[in-house]
Amino acid sequence: MKHFAQLFYDLDQTNKTNEKVEIIVNYLKKVPDEDKMWMLSLFTGRRPRRFVNSTLVRNWASEAAGVPLWLFEECYTIAGDLSETIALLLPEPSQESNFSLGYWINYIRLFEKKTEEERKQALLAAWDQMTAQERMVFNKITSSTFRVGVSQQLVVRALSIYSGHNPALLTHKLMGNWSPDTISFEELMHADGRKADTSQPYPFMLAYAIEGTVSDLGSPEEWQAEWKWDGIRSQLIKRDGQMFLWSRGEDLVTEKFPEFGLLMDKIPDGTVIDGEILPFKEGGVLSFNVLQTRIGRKNLTPAILRDAPVCIFAYDLLELEGEDLRERPLSERRRLLEQLIQERNLQPMIEPSPVLEYSDWDQLTEMRRNSRAMLSEGLMMKRKSSHYLVGRKKGDWWKWKIDPLSIDAVMTYAQRGTGKRANLYTDYTFGVWSGKQLVTFAKAYSGLTDKEINEVDNWVKRNTVEKYGPVRTVKPELVFEIGFEGIQRSKRHKSGVALRFPRILKWRKDKKIADADTVETLHQILDSYEKGDINELELPAAHTEEIAPPAKKTRSKSKND
Amino acid sequence: MIDFTDKGLYCAIGDFYIDPFRPVKNAVITHAHGDHARFGMENYLSHHDSIPIMKIRLGMNNHYQGVNYDEVTTINGVRISFHPAGHIIGSAQVRLEYKGQIWVASGDYKTVYDGISPAFEPVKCHAFITESTFGLPIYKWAPQQEIFDDINGWWASNADKGKCSVIFGYSLGKAQRILKNVDTSIGPIFLHGAIYNLNEGLRAVGQDIEYYAKVDSSIKKEEYRRALIVAPPSADGTPWLKRFQPFSLGVASGWMALRGTKRRRAADKGFVLSDHADWTGLNEAIKATEAEKVFVTHGYTSQFSRWLSDQGIEAHTVNKLFEHQFTESGEEETFSEETAAEDKVVDELKSEHNDLNAYTS
Repeated sequence: MKHFAQLFYDLDQTNKTNEKVEIIVNYLKKVPDEDKMWMLSLFTGRRPRRFVNSTLVRNWASEAAGVPLWLFEECYTIAGDLSETIALLLPEPSQESNFSLGYWINYIRLFEKKTEEERKQALLAAWDQMTAQERMVFNKITSSTFRVGVSQQLVVRALSIYSGHNPALLTHKLMGNWSPDTISFEELMHADGRKADTSQPYPFMLAYAIEGTVSDLGSPEEWQAEWKWDGIRSQLIKRDGQMFLWSRGEDLVTEKFPEFGLLMDKIPDGTVIDGEILPFKEGGVLSFNVLQTRIGRKNLTPAILRDAPVCIFAYDLLELEGEDLRERPLSERRRLLEQLIQERNLQPMIEPSPVLEYSDWDQLTEMRRNSRAMLSEGLMMKRKSSHYLVGRKKGDWWKWKIDPLSIDAVMTYAQRGTGKRANLYTDYTFGVWSGKQLVTFAKAYSGLTDKEINEVDNWVKRNTVEKYGPVRTVKPELVFEIGFEGIQRSKRHKSGVALRFPRILKWRKDKKIADADTVETLHQILDSYEKGDINELELPAAHTEEIAPPAKKTRSKSKND
Repeated sequence: MIDFTDKGLYCAIGDFYIDPFRPVKNAVITHAHGDHARFGMENYLSHHDSIPIMKIRLGMNNHYQGVNYDEVTTINGVRISFHPAGHIIGSAQVRLEYKGQIWVASGDYKTVYDGISPAFEPVKCHAFITESTFGLPIYKWAPQQEIFDDINGWWASNADKGKCSVIFGYSLGKAQRILKNVDTSIGPIFLHGAIYNLNEGLRAVGQDIEYYAKVDSSIKKEEYRRALIVAPPSADGTPWLKRFQPFSLGVASGWMALRGTKRRRAADKGFVLSDHADWTGLNEAIKATEAEKVFVTHGYTSQFSRWLSDQGIEAHTVNKLFEHQFTESGEEETFSEETAAEDKVVDELKSEHNDLNAYTS
């Protein structure tokens, strides 16, 4: 555990990729194979289950620390991390220990069969032989919240340096279903040591945002253009008579979309399709909001399946008849994909993602303006000759997104963030005018630079009107431009609308609160959005001149009606 | 005896303020940090070690009066005395006594001895005004030696790799504490201009501070390879830092106790080194005063006063208006570091001091 805690701490202390890689390589050199596997498992998001609930852990920790629960909670608010709060509050350990990471993970897993009191004693005993640093990492594993600021790509680089294996191969090996219980480090590293796991997906190929203008890509006929769909990127796998559906976040989501089970007999063994799960009805794509109604539900009732039907818009064919197609050109993969869908009669459950017909860049630019009406986020540009590469590589695939919708709003509440943003006011609530009142319509967390965050934080602390627990009501003074990807009607929100992906585009220091937008503007955007009229930022352009209409006038008018 | 007003702590009987926020006639200053010693007072009364610093920072021409620790000044029947606060050079708790009632305003303080400012001395009183910068139990400092072992280890390992070590600590207090306690055998030390000027000012008035050279363009890059550079946090992100590349950046601050803050600073290394009392220090200090009433300012005021009340101590959070005058950034100094202007003052200070020596010798 000492090595692992040190690894976590050392990675925290540097922002430089090369140093991070070096730190991981050194760790791999130092620890036994079992710990290497646990490290890989934890670093790729394969966390052991949680066996103690967090309320109990809080109670036990605050008791052991001699700190009343209210003060414990205050500390948590400031530190923004429960594992760290506990680690810092507990008294100094009475002894030292040198057990491995694997030892402690097995120790935690024994909790499953223990009574509550036994768990408490086991936890206290563990804490009592760890430094604050070890405790924090241990707590994160125990609570199944372990995360580390290291990308999978970086882990693969380190593993490749350590083992001498090719990174793309390692990336593939680390995908899918495995755990330190089912496979040893040696097996994982061995060229074909990993027993063919039928569910294993391929690493997704990703794209960077386009740089410069689209004409920089060269000749239009070398490129395939598709809509960039806003759904769940996924791989549908059929092997050995079984179907698996993986999301890009490497979650197995087969059970969440039972519809695709109907295709079991139609899709031949040894097939992998890359595509996007989209809500789809009567030949048309629906808003992502529809999909949201069923994500996260445990029970998929017939009503949900009826109201939020889905399909897969297929982008690519990665495996056919058990053969890996990734090194064939896109044009060929696309042809095979279309052929498969047609011959096997997979529509409408699997639709080929439409390819746009265009003869020059101007024409495509014009088509892109239609993105929002198509419920897409813009375009994807793929070189027809491209191979299906591992991860995000520049050159062959580009995303060409449209700009978000936007509105100017006044900050009304601020709350402290968590993690890196703990102890700083980084989570803000925004309002727009309704008559002379500000009506809350969105919360946003990101979009400001670190410097701006500090500035706003400082401002919040000096301009607090009231405090409710962790939330501060602030003086209405700061105006921000809020961008969003979509908008829908909502009865739950006072403003009558709910936004998709709201975020801060810009701090409008040049604007006064009277310059902020109104609820009416939001509803105008909503109406146009629903009609599919909005392209880019055209509609809200003029709204800045409007001043909140006097409430009385509107009311008297409605009375006359 | 003391009212909390929008100008600061006010003693009406003696008609003076302690660490006022706005210009007033009579100011009693606990220590020379920018958020305690401000511009524009007609008269400044403080420990004599604070005065040269205030002269550097606030100008030569104000009316300053310096006293020793434990020396009593009486204003309109109020007996004022200064007692070591252990925060920085010249830092003091201000004790007021009037008709048998004793109040103590702590200013900023720490209870462990840092090797440079006289150690904190608890003062018995009826009412104690305490800071609470780190008034939560998640803030507990390691022994000073451990922290410096850590700093030395970092410096030495960088030096072995031919990498310069840059450490941020605020100019007044932290910088001198670092310089006093690091292992100078590891490599050369160079100072940022702001710290250099302050050090020279302090040396000019006879403070026991070692001389270290200022970073300037005449120094060759190779000389930085094994060096420790001490700079204020305001140097962060400035082109001034570029000359040290490759370098590792360390930050010495109590705020480094939390992982979130540490990551936000984007420092390579955070050292939990503070000139404020930690949770244990605050609690011990308050207990030692035997005060019946405690007023909590500056920091986690509401949490800390609730904790004290839980312990059976009558505690009050000092009102909001008052609280808002403080910078919540705590240790960080907020004024700009105008080194050029400081240069001039240091020269004046030196000649003034020499004159003084000439008279006394």
